[in-house]
Amino acid sequence: MSTLEATTADAPAVVVRNPVETRRRIRVGVIVGISTLLMLWMLLTTKGGDVSFAPTSPFDENQLSPITFPAQQTALISLIIVAALGLACVFTRGAVGVALGFLVGVAFLLGFLCWAYAGQPLPITNPLKGTLSYATPLIFGALAGALGERAGVINIAIEGQFLAGAFAASVSATVFGNYMGLIGGAAAGVLIAALLALFAIRYLVNQIVLGVVLVVFAGGITSFLLDQIPQTKQLTLNNPVVLQPKAIPGLSNIPVVGPALFTQTVLVYIMYASVVLVTFLLFETKWGLRVRAVGEHPTAADTVGIKVRWVRWQAVLLGGVFAGLGGAFFTVGTNGAFDKDISAGNGFIALAALIMGRWHPIGATLAALFFGFVFQMQNQLQLLQRIPSELLGMTPYIATVIAVAGFVGRVRPPAADGEPYVKG
Amino acid sequence: MSEQAKTEQPNPPDGPNAAPAPRKAVASLSAYLPTVTLAIASIVLALLVGAVLIIVSNDDALSKFSYFFSAPLDGIKAGLNAVGDAYWALLKGSVGSGAALRGTLEKAAPLICGGLGVSLAFRAGLFNIGAQGQLIAGATAAAYVGFTWNLPVVLHLLAALVAAMVAGGIWGGIVGLLKAQTGAHEVILTIMLNYVALQILRWLLNLNAFQAPGSDNPTSPLVDSDARFPQLFGVHLGFYVALLAAVGVWWLLSRTTLGFEMRAVGANPDAARTAGMSVAKAYVLAMVVAGLLAGLAGAQQIVGHQDPLTDGIAGSIGFDSITVALLGRATPSGTVLAALLFGALQSGGIQMQAATGTPLSLSTVLQALIVLFIAAPALVRSIVRIRSQDGAGTVLAKGWNA
Amino acid sequence: MQLEIRGLTKRFGSLTANDSIDLTVEPAEIHCLLGENGAGKSTLMNMLYGLLDPDDGEILLEGKPVHFKTPGDAIDAGIGMVHQHFMLVPVFTVAENVMLGREQTRGVGVLNRAKAADLVRELSQRYGLAVDSNALIEDLPVGVQQRVEIIKALANDAKILILDEPTAVLTPQEIDELMDIMRSLRDNGTSIVFITHKLKEVRAIADRITVIRRGKVVGTTTRHASETELAEMMVGRNVQLTVDKAAAKPGEVVLGVEHITVVDERGVTVVDDVSFEVQAGEIFAIAGVQGNGQTELIKSLLGLVRPAAGVISLVGKDISRHGPRESLGDGIGYIPEDRSHDGFVGSFSVAENLVLDLYRDEPFSSGFSLSLAQVGNNAGQRIQEFDIRTQSAYTPVSSLSGGNQQKVVVARELSRPLRLLIASQPTRGLDVGSIEFVHKRIVDQRDKGTAVVIVSTELDEVFGLADRIAVMFAGRIVGVVDPGISREDIGLLMAGAQVGAHSDRSRAESHRTEDPSTRPDRGAGHE
Repeated sequence: MSTLEATTADAPAVVVRNPVETRRRIRVGVIVGISTLLMLWMLLTTKGGDVSFAPTSPFDENQLSPITFPAQQTALISLIIVAALGLACVFTRGAVGVALGFLVGVAFLLGFLCWAYAGQPLPITNPLKGTLSYATPLIFGALAGALGERAGVINIAIEGQFLAGAFAASVSATVFGNYMGLIGGAAAGVLIAALLALFAIRYLVNQIVLGVVLVVFAGGITSFLLDQIPQTKQLTLNNPVVLQPKAIPGLSNIPVVGPALFTQTVLVYIMYASVVLVTFLLFETKWGLRVRAVGEHPTAADTVGIKVRWVRWQAVLLGGVFAGLGGAFFTVGTNGAFDKDISAGNGFIALAALIMGRWHPIGATLAALFFGFVFQMQNQLQLLQRIPSELLGMTPYIATVIAVAGFVGRVRPPAADGEPYVKG
Repeated sequence: MSEQAKTEQPNPPDGPNAAPAPRKAVASLSAYLPTVTLAIASIVLALLVGAVLIIVSNDDALSKFSYFFSAPLDGIKAGLNAVGDAYWALLKGSVGSGAALRGTLEKAAPLICGGLGVSLAFRAGLFNIGAQGQLIAGATAAAYVGFTWNLPVVLHLLAALVAAMVAGGIWGGIVGLLKAQTGAHEVILTIMLNYVALQILRWLLNLNAFQAPGSDNPTSPLVDSDARFPQLFGVHLGFYVALLAAVGVWWLLSRTTLGFEMRAVGANPDAARTAGMSVAKAYVLAMVVAGLLAGLAGAQQIVGHQDPLTDGIAGSIGFDSITVALLGRATPSGTVLAALLFGALQSGGIQMQAATGTPLSLSTVLQALIVLFIAAPALVRSIVRIRSQDGAGTVLAKGWNA
Repeated sequence: MQLEIRGLTKRFGSLTANDSIDLTVEPAEIHCLLGENGAGKSTLMNMLYGLLDPDDGEILLEGKPVHFKTPGDAIDAGIGMVHQHFMLVPVFTVAENVMLGREQTRGVGVLNRAKAADLVRELSQRYGLAVDSNALIEDLPVGVQQRVEIIKALANDAKILILDEPTAVLTPQEIDELMDIMRSLRDNGTSIVFITHKLKEVRAIADRITVIRRGKVVGTTTRHASETELAEMMVGRNVQLTVDKAAAKPGEVVLGVEHITVVDERGVTVVDDVSFEVQAGEIFAIAGVQGNGQTELIKSLLGLVRPAAGVISLVGKDISRHGPRESLGDGIGYIPEDRSHDGFVGSFSVAENLVLDLYRDEPFSSGFSLSLAQVGNNAGQRIQEFDIRTQSAYTPVSSLSGGNQQKVVVARELSRPLRLLIASQPTRGLDVGSIEFVHKRIVDQRDKGTAVVIVSTELDEVFGLADRIAVMFAGRIVGVVDPGISREDIGLLMAGAQVGAHSDRSRAESHRTEDPSTRPDRGAGHE
């Protein structure tokens, strides 16, 4: 401080505590502690024998032989890693801390898999394909949410857009063919988005309330319409042909990851493109700059002549396209005919992924992949019958709670998110 | 930048001051008129939209509308007939007879309790979407006490109710605690816990302790008859318990220090904190009481009916509680009235489905529409051309960080 | 470009914010719009800028009537505005903010960031407004943010530049810099409309002055008018420009602050080893530009923020660990700087707000239940005592004027016996009548023997009230001085320079404390 003369005496050496850092350490410490105890219990109840991991499925082009490793020893090593690196995690911050955390997570997973699979005849299958599949609607939903929320409109109605999209996709696909199903799904998503935009932007309804009401409304309407289809007409109205995976030549031959990433349905390929598109749109184009301006400081945008409400409409409606496609996944993409509550809360998980990803399309995608992975693991473990399937069914939801409460905490949404813009 | 205050405020200038004597805080009845008009207008509008759906679902009317341009009267007549029949059945089924009225009140009882839970949380600034899960927790506890324990008559019922409230309170309290300690948003937490509660219930129903003897179905044994609500004036006690709960919530919010804190935290957590209130305590207690009330609603489902515990026990009451709270503007009296209305819709809806084949989901749609219209006064006003009044400020917080 | 306003009127419900305003701004002149808080200045400018629609009257540019439906129209016509609350998106860079609305693109709407940065650089050099085009706004000190706002306006070829209360966040030296910039812009042909309520500034820079009071134009004059004349035009009666107070009679030490350090959520040290004492019966003012740690220091005194190090004691008792609730019990009263944010609950009634931090005690509650009758009684008394203008005790506080809202807060805090009163920006946004009222109450408390700490960015208020003045800069107290100090010297302290030292840099840069590591002046120190 060359230009400043301190008038206070030199401070004696005092300990400076940073309260935020302390809280973070406690939080991480608690999580690591609980994980370690869990792993200890799992280690003690792990049966003897081997665990095998099959990196390729019998249908793949390039086969690789399964990897086997002894269950109990691996579990022990995992426990040590979790305890040691976890402790290190408590005291490091930043990128190193995140990397360590990731390793802790992997080790925990490994120990858990040993516990679950020890001595079982079934191998652990490559989770990549299933992860992507489960993550696809979540990514679509998160992208939809990202567009709207970056412009300042909270979208709790993603679940409603999923339901509407799923229903519309099923019916359009049955009547017109399954690519039309995608268009129908997207259109339904846009329709719900239009309701959201209308009530939030024009009529200034509280957006969280609005989202919940729209979910109830969409659920009710799809239920109602489903009931309208008499038994006799089920086959002609609600019986779509499910999309088949199509391999991308060349790329799908990469060992281990090729089939998972590049032998998927066209919906998944659209998803890849969408992530890139939305990221580019939001951060590299004039439109995206305006959208973000409107979501952070709408008055500032207004003062330079940007039409705040119109931009918000555009963002929300565009998001509707992606949400509708996400909904289409549940019928045309996997299950076929529409049934009530077919999306089972995925819309809310997509929202959680968006928040975890700090409202950034790439971050949300990574978070969605995490949730997809959890779904995939749940699916795999059900085959083992080691854990009751209902309790397994809880995992994605509990994972969301832990993710949102443990790792995200107080996040910073776009500054004007949720505030309708009213001029002087 | 947020620390710069406005220097210009378009506020009323200081006028001559008549020394205000402290008056009793009873608003004159005419102040309620705009709200009531708005409510009625919203209901009418919703019924109109519902009418369209009824026509769509009615084969006769639909077929007559298909040749609308050649014989319009046919279509209109058929349409009016269909709508008339449906709504008449709705009316009859809800208030048309003693039995109908009883059905309405009994359907309203859990809605009152659930709605109170959501309302209370709203007043504290929390969006409690978790009534569904809290209800399941309460119902499960009440059912367990009901068919497992053996206690004398009154005690058994009381024990079931208390168990339900404790279970619901815990389920809600988890969210309050997490929100207070980590800042996680309660919308996601409560929705996730709804699904978790359902899964836990499903798992429990597969355990021997919870299954009806002699059957392998995920259905519980019936609750002991002495743990059930007795009838009082033809309606089961649950309804009166619900009314009592409403009075309790009113008293809590307006006549206690805790209620004062909850309302302050809900309206302006920063000012509340500066005034020495504990925001965390308000959040936790609000969610505990909200869960407690939703748990009570769950108990009503179990001890008020002859049905066993199944995974459908919550029905749609969880989300209905939210619409009830919204329609009732998060006040205890409004919640009761709204619950009665929606109870009537549901009770009448059953009759409507039986008599005219209109699906029950229409009730849900009507409910959602009414709430949508109520929450968008500007929309209703522009349709019905009610003059805009200076309404009371909205109770609900706006963004993610309430 | 000549701007003429004829008969412009704007009403908000029953309130007429602007009543038939006539005003002319000649080309290449600095025209000051003078009026106290609430007079209607910003409303007028918002109409000029297309943010509000006039109810009556017209605006003429070069003699031709114009109608601005949106700010875009105003910008196209050559009017630029630098708002009091900056219209900058905090998470965007300087270049992004400057190009917003007129984005540099290549191809189909893809942003051309390089070209935008060039434009900023060019304007910055041309007008002498140094900015880094890639910096994020939220990392920049307030004075630099203001420069960005000016560049934004100039980037759109503003021929008339409106500056709305630009000096609220600047040190005296930065104000001088701004005045130089304004003069050079005027000499280059731009007209400037400079809105303010500060008499000294107006007389330093204006070519012509128009005074507005209660929405009406009172008169137009030049800078040669005296301060008293201007004040009378502004307020309409004989105004006391100084605070009436007797000499202080300080007693025992009430508040002891020793080596307090506060670290914010990002890990940045915002209060750095601060120590001072305040005695009973004296007013201790903390002066300094907004953002130098005053807010966090006050919060730590009250327990709203836990200090990372140091001890706070009240009459000898250690209260460092006390939260806001205990502080109330200790006899500390607090008037927060942002009253609508921290001081009252807008949707609560006046009566409820008057007991917002008292409801737990007798007679307002016994145990769990609240006594509405007692709350009502109390409200009646306070409303009389403090002359709070409200329709009833049950009106929501949000519908009161700023002055009356502050009276509610003051009434509440002063309605119990206090050992220490802390008042942060106590008269911000208030009209002159309310300012006088609040000042009088603060002096009364001092005379009763309460220790008073005020924090203020208004030097007039500091000089008027204080018995001793501490100046904060970059989280430290850089000087504790007597109110006899000159404005130049205190300005230097506020900017972090040494009093009396002749530095080569005659303009010292002041910085926000939020990221001291980026300040070039700071040596190795606290992280």
